[in-house]
Amino acid sequence: MVHVSATPVLALRGVSKRFGAVQALTDVDLEVHAGEVVALVGDNGAGKSTLVKTIAGVHPIDEGVIEWEGKPVSITKPHDAQGLGVATVYQDLALCDNLDVVGNLYLGRELLHRGVIDEVTMEKNARELLSTLSIRIPSVRIPIASLSGGQRQVVAIARALIGEPKVVILDEPTAALGVEQTAQVLDLVERLRERNLGVILISHNMADVKAVADTVAVLRLGKNNGSFPVKDTSHEEIIAAITGATDNAVTRRAERRTAEAAQ
Amino acid sequence: MSDTSKTVKSDSPEPEKAGTATKLGKTEGVDETQDTVAPADDPTAAPVAVVDPRLLVREEGLKGYLTEFKRKVKGGELGSLPVVVGLIVIWTIFQTQNDRFLSADNLSNISYFMSATGMLAIGLVFVLLLGEIDLSVGSVSGLSSTLFAVFAVNHGVNPWLSLVLAVITGVAIGSLQGWFFAKVGVPAFVVTLAGFLGWNGLMLWLLGDSGTINIPSESGPVHLLGQSSFFMDQAIIGAYLLAGLAVVLSLVGNLNEQRRRKAAGVPFRPTSEILLRVGALALAAFVSAAVLNDAAGVSNALVIFLAALVIVDFVLRRTTYGRQVFAVGGGIEAARRAGINVPMVRISVFAISGGFAAIGGMFFAGQTASATLSAGGGNTLMLAIAAAVIGGTSLFGGRGSVWSALLGMLVIQSIQTGLDLLNMNTSIQYMITGGVLLGAVVIDSVSRKSQKAAGRG
Repeated sequence: MVHVSATPVLALRGVSKRFGAVQALTDVDLEVHAGEVVALVGDNGAGKSTLVKTIAGVHPIDEGVIEWEGKPVSITKPHDAQGLGVATVYQDLALCDNLDVVGNLYLGRELLHRGVIDEVTMEKNARELLSTLSIRIPSVRIPIASLSGGQRQVVAIARALIGEPKVVILDEPTAALGVEQTAQVLDLVERLRERNLGVILISHNMADVKAVADTVAVLRLGKNNGSFPVKDTSHEEIIAAITGATDNAVTRRAERRTAEAAQ
Repeated sequence: MSDTSKTVKSDSPEPEKAGTATKLGKTEGVDETQDTVAPADDPTAAPVAVVDPRLLVREEGLKGYLTEFKRKVKGGELGSLPVVVGLIVIWTIFQTQNDRFLSADNLSNISYFMSATGMLAIGLVFVLLLGEIDLSVGSVSGLSSTLFAVFAVNHGVNPWLSLVLAVITGVAIGSLQGWFFAKVGVPAFVVTLAGFLGWNGLMLWLLGDSGTINIPSESGPVHLLGQSSFFMDQAIIGAYLLAGLAVVLSLVGNLNEQRRRKAAGVPFRPTSEILLRVGALALAAFVSAAVLNDAAGVSNALVIFLAALVIVDFVLRRTTYGRQVFAVGGGIEAARRAGINVPMVRISVFAISGGFAAIGGMFFAGQTASATLSAGGGNTLMLAIAAAVIGGTSLFGGRGSVWSALLGMLVIQSIQTGLDLLNMNTSIQYMITGGVLLGAVVIDSVSRKSQKAAGRG
């Protein structure tokens, strides 16, 4: 994968976040370039969700800098992140069951025509967006409640694209999906990359990560534990970084030895 | 007028004409030409694609409507079906018991007396859309009529100013209750239950020993809302003018929508369907107008009630605010993440409910030309809730339309007036109304269950 831009569209430098006595993130760095899929992996409690929430503006950071296209920005509320062009698809999708697909796609940013909701243009754009993403749903005018899990997932991802974002964060998009639906979502992630968006993909599924990601950023216990280009990294190396298998008495001793030898 | 809901409801079936299915089907095919046969002479016609059998396709013509109707009923999307059936049953029963029931005078009475409780029901629709309940509307309406009387009669304030003050008080009360609910986190049920008692107590304290304040009804808002005040001073043309206005607006609006949809290339309603809908509305509107003219004319209270319905329907379906109300009712977390200020929506909805309760109180004052101890008490609250629920607004939030206030009130007021005609005493009235409310809630819950079963919950 050739990076389109030298300056990352989004960069986190030394970000820390504390909840009371819990240090959730310590000095975390992360870079996302346009047209790059960064997989964010780590064990439960590693701080993945906290990290994306700091980017999405749900939890403001305590220390560190968030850079947007090279310039430091402050993200203190979800609105800030949306304004910059960060769209987040949460694991629970956060769709309104009673609203139809068009209503959900445009929720919170309805198009207006003389002060009145412009259903016609919204429906037209929604159809176009869904068809460019090859998303198939029975009708754009049926309530979300009647869609299947996979369909809801793609609607939620499509919704993230309505605001023309530059970075899309997907929180475990394939966790609850079947084989075919997973493939559809992965296709969709690749289409996002083709649109030159930066994608942060949180996943526990190594197969998914290997399939679509360009870079794997590993978090362990709220700290960076390596960032690997997917092509040159084996499955085992990533797993080792996630579980900390490289960080034990043997490797620490080996490190000390090499340090002593260097002196 | 019962047909208006069908023509104006937002969730009315879109005439997809199989367009959705074929269009979506088109996107699926990588090699489109292989499985599609596009009619060469008509570029707008969608190619006949291999349609996914799971997609919703509506056949053209009457049969299509019938199958779609069956599918919706099976799926628990009953809409206004129960209320229309209920209304027919109720009217038949009362007409067989007393042949004066369907007389012009009695129907005119129903149309006048339903507007007061109907106003309360409009406010409740907002609250119910959030999935909450406001138990204080009855007490707030009583307090509002008393405040009006205290200002206008005891202190000699201009009646219109008094009206404004009373309504502002209602809005303030609603906002206060909404604040406790949205910001402090007290369940709405408890806050408004406290309001139910508290505001009633305040009203009793204001009325003091006298117990009743008579309000002069020769002029001012109380005259306007009284039983002897009619649209355009009982001019025959008045009722037809209103009916004509409704029909023309509906026709123009529908055709305009159709034109814009055509231009944008999205499915639109065929002209035949528009004509059918507008025709049904015209029939209902002009028959109602003729009946009311046969009695005395269209009461101003009814005109204001209908105007409020039209405005509120517009706000709920066509504005960003209305969309926010539905969104909060459908999923708080989703609404919050979409950047909707959930506490603001909640507080404003309770403020609207309080405002409509206060306006409804003015209607009650107009009916009796007085502020009394019993105003807003008794079963007022129950009737307002029953009306909203019977009309099809779900107690579980997120589903409903403000037209349910009209439909529900037609049912409720028909029962009330019918029982009065039969000289049933209050005890029987309470029992029957309670039964009807229970029935409506049962229908709501059962349809919700079948919606879940049909994957639409």
